[in-house]
Amino acid sequence: MKQYEVTFVVDPVLSSDEVKKTVDTYVDMIKKADCEIVNIDEVGLRQLAYAINNRNTGYYYCIEYKTESGAMIQPMELAFRRDERVMRFLTVALDKYGVKFNADKRAGLIGKKKQEEEAASDEKAKA
Amino acid sequence: MASRDDIKFLSNPKIGNKRKKYCRFKKFGIKYIDYKDAEFLKQFLNPQGKILPRRITGNSLKYQRRVATAIKRARHLGYLPYVTDMLK
Repeated sequence: MKQYEVTFVVDPVLSSDEVKKTVDTYVDMIKKADCEIVNIDEVGLRQLAYAINNRNTGYYYCIEYKTESGAMIQPMELAFRRDERVMRFLTVALDKYGVKFNADKRAGLIGKKKQEEEAASDEKAKA
Repeated sequence: MASRDDIKFLSNPKIGNKRKKYCRFKKFGIKYIDYKDAEFLKQFLNPQGKILPRRITGNSLKYQRRVATAIKRARHLGYLPYVTDMLK
């Protein structure tokens, strides 16, 4: 069961229910292709680092899903490319450390790296 | 007049020695670099937004490559700028 993560940016000009509709189309597409959605992370409105087709903000969404065969990725990316409401998208395969990282992040270890660095520096201080 | 030993300690004696660089990913056991975490990735960029070389960040080859791919993904998604002039 390989785990994938797709992050995409939706055009901010749309009304909020339009944005919801775009996200739902892709969520349904994933569900239809008998995949198990692990998590939908709605980062929401965010400032872009540079202008993407003269927009400076975007709604960021990140969907993690598990699937046996990656057969449904290609048609989904095709749909992303065709959909002009989505400005950018990126599908990434997660290795076991990525899966663990996302699980930890959801489980409240948000400051995973920072906490680790603090924990490590505490030990150093104590040692 | 300042005596000889006052002058000797004018400058900090430890200025010259080189700080041992280490790969923070190996040392703190960080296994996955999240491309969505722009704040963390900014530590590996210079003020123009370019990726810092290994000899400056001190990363091991394996993690420097992962940082580079994460930065390129972040740039694609708009988390990080491709080029910027002000201090990031």
